[in-house]
Amino acid sequence: MQIATTGLGAVSPGFSDPVHDAQSVFSAVMRAMSRPGRIEQINERLEAPSPANNAVAAVILTLCDHDSPLWLDETVAGAEELKSWVRFHCSAPITGDRATADFALVTNPQSMPDLDTFALGTDEFPDRSTTLIVQVSSILENGGWVLSGPGIESKHKIRSDDLSADFIAQWRSNRELFPRGVDVILCAEDRIACLPRTVKIEEG
Amino acid sequence: MYVAVKGGKKAIDAAHRLFADKRRGDRSVPAMTLEQIANQLSFAVDRVMSEGSLYDRELASLAIKQSAGDLIEAIFLIRAYRTTLPRFGASRPLETREMRVERRISASYKDMPGGQVLGPTFDYSHRLLDFTLAADGEVADPERPDEAMTAQLGHVAEILDREGLIEPVPADAENEQPPDLTREPLEFPAGRKLRLQNLARGDEGFLLAMGYSTQRGYARGHAFAGEIRMGEVEVEFFAEELGFNVPLGRVKLTECQMVTQFKGSSKVKPQFTRGYGLAFGQSERKAMSMALVDRALRWEEYGEELVAPAQDEEFVLSHSDNIQATGFVEHLKLPHYVDFQAELELVRKMRREIEERDEAESQEAAE
Amino acid sequence: MKQENFYNFAYLDEQTKRMIRRAILKAIAIPGYQVPFASREMPMPYGWGTGGVQVTASIIGKDDVLKMIDQGSDDTTNAVALRGFFELTAGVESTTETSEASIIQTRHRIPEDDLTEDQVIVFQVPIPEPLRFLEPRETETRKMHALEEYGLMHVKLYEDIATHGHIATSYAYPVKVMDRYVMDPSPTPKFDNPKMHKMAALQLYGAGREKRIYAIPPYTDVVSLDFEDYPFSVQEWPDTECGLCGATEVYFDEVVTDDHGGRMFCCSDSDYCEKRRAAGHTGKQPDQAAEV
Repeated sequence: MQIATTGLGAVSPGFSDPVHDAQSVFSAVMRAMSRPGRIEQINERLEAPSPANNAVAAVILTLCDHDSPLWLDETVAGAEELKSWVRFHCSAPITGDRATADFALVTNPQSMPDLDTFALGTDEFPDRSTTLIVQVSSILENGGWVLSGPGIESKHKIRSDDLSADFIAQWRSNRELFPRGVDVILCAEDRIACLPRTVKIEEG
Repeated sequence: MYVAVKGGKKAIDAAHRLFADKRRGDRSVPAMTLEQIANQLSFAVDRVMSEGSLYDRELASLAIKQSAGDLIEAIFLIRAYRTTLPRFGASRPLETREMRVERRISASYKDMPGGQVLGPTFDYSHRLLDFTLAADGEVADPERPDEAMTAQLGHVAEILDREGLIEPVPADAENEQPPDLTREPLEFPAGRKLRLQNLARGDEGFLLAMGYSTQRGYARGHAFAGEIRMGEVEVEFFAEELGFNVPLGRVKLTECQMVTQFKGSSKVKPQFTRGYGLAFGQSERKAMSMALVDRALRWEEYGEELVAPAQDEEFVLSHSDNIQATGFVEHLKLPHYVDFQAELELVRKMRREIEERDEAESQEAAE
Repeated sequence: MKQENFYNFAYLDEQTKRMIRRAILKAIAIPGYQVPFASREMPMPYGWGTGGVQVTASIIGKDDVLKMIDQGSDDTTNAVALRGFFELTAGVESTTETSEASIIQTRHRIPEDDLTEDQVIVFQVPIPEPLRFLEPRETETRKMHALEEYGLMHVKLYEDIATHGHIATSYAYPVKVMDRYVMDPSPTPKFDNPKMHKMAALQLYGAGREKRIYAIPPYTDVVSLDFEDYPFSVQEWPDTECGLCGATEVYFDEVVTDDHGGRMFCCSDSDYCEKRRAAGHTGKQPDQAAEV
């Protein structure tokens, strides 16, 4: 375990076993991304930097580093504890320009910027798009969203009530951009679910 | 005759033991030391460092020993080792003007400030087998040039530059991070910096053939060896936390500036243009070939026409790396019997169809 | 100090794994699209599985069970060498049994048994670009994918039909994924193409030398390109059965048994064949199997 001090004060520790914890979290994200809407557990426990929850912290530690600029939403743009934690553990550059960010952290999904203001990739390089890490209070199994598409045998049902009312409509537009578009990782305290750009969401 | 269903591991282990035995050879002959390789096979070591992209004479010597002198295999060992090393950053740009020159020649001027420094070279030697070497004859101490005379020799290109006769060196933004194809997938168009990195790691034989082709009329431009210099240069690293440059040590380099006359075009006035080559150690063939290819690849900047393989960025950059090339060529040794079976089935089917058709036709003719 | 202690778990450093993991997630989100990645130099030659190895090394965990096959067999020399690499650097358990593996790395075959949701299959890919032999320039093929301009591929297949009466592609037979990207399934025989369609397992494809990763999520539509009047069909061996286990609906290896044209056929999937023999199935030449 490493406790570090930076000029900004103490930074809470990262993974206790950086190699195997990151593998385990990645494995959950990969399963979630390949089976959209299926909920995966995050078993790694972290002292997440306020106001991030456990799953958000674990996903950031697993995926972000100095090659992947991270954008922070308004709520956390000034959160020094979180920012110095990200800088210390991931050396990820924090960017103010979400149209060029590899990752975006959204802690207040109600006021999430429109999806088409993030990096959407190009026709030739649709992979150069933002992956949104969205912090939610809960992901409900068998909720009111009906998901279909690649990775889903017939239907998956989930819901998160934290997202704004027009999310479904925005998602429809995002899906129409395919192969361009953003992908979403929903992060509740100890569980995650993914919405890759291919997934179709209908209100059930 | 049996279908082998088990035993791959045993066979591989046995093959590797046979190779270790072959590498060591006759045990009554003393084994080579790394010092011997580093000292007495210096060109091999330089090539392995250059194309392996790792400046370490001892590791290169070990790789040469381990590969029993197969230099591409040695380069492969170095590359695979290098890729696991942590990366701290990029050095400050090297100042080759500050080189402690061991050798510096120009083919474009008879003499210039600092003069021609022939230094250690094969050039002008008679290529006659030297049987005294076989008998390990004594080697006399050479005379060495005065160090003070060979420090800070200006580049030959500066002479042309003062008259405005050669294209200026493109200015770089201060502290701009160079691209790195070992960290980013190669993308086209690559641009000159990435091309130069690719060529510096590229296979000497491939670059030699490509450079040679430009001399024979495939993208012809008459090049002059404006300057070839070889010697040690200091490497410095800017340490963020200290706020100043820290010297890391010295590396031996060969640098080549080719000067090519250019008639001018709608875009650019008549002038001399540059081709640039750089290699670790003493690697003149490599540096010169690289400079020729670099110039050929710059056709677009001068509004020239793309007419030859050496100008074709995708072609040159995709095929210059001998580790990629040897891997893929040699992978044909791997079993391919599943694909081959698919082809067998197809060829048999197509032959059967033709035979059936011919038979039907001959029957029709008979009727 | 043992050799393995010099290297990180599964050989790759964590920064490289993160870079590859990010590419894998994009590949899953854009099925069939080739994601460029900064492929590393691996301690095995390019063309010998460096892409598959980098993908496996980035996803494997200490509790995974690895199956490594080449040409359908666990015991071909390169499969043995790559399995040894992961035993040395990751210390994970390996198996030859398809059903016991959580990760299957393969070259040129998909196992005969159906894969499950709990498995990932990793393909080693030599040339990821299905259009490469029609258009050698990356700058051009990239545009063709962007514009979904696959006419050239259809022309090529149609020329086959005009010349031979059918499509003369027997392996690396192009597929269309999710009705968008034309994809190279790696040099698996076209016999295996139908297995890719709506497969329960996640399919990951790694091309090390060409620096591309692509993927097919589970239950995704994968259609082999064809024409209405010339539908896709797989290889058939009429009246042929495995000499060792008697199986019929499988992909066969042809083994030459003497200098006089004698030959036998046996299952290319060695685990499938072994299991059938263990269950009491037998072919006409069972004593030809041998431990060398």
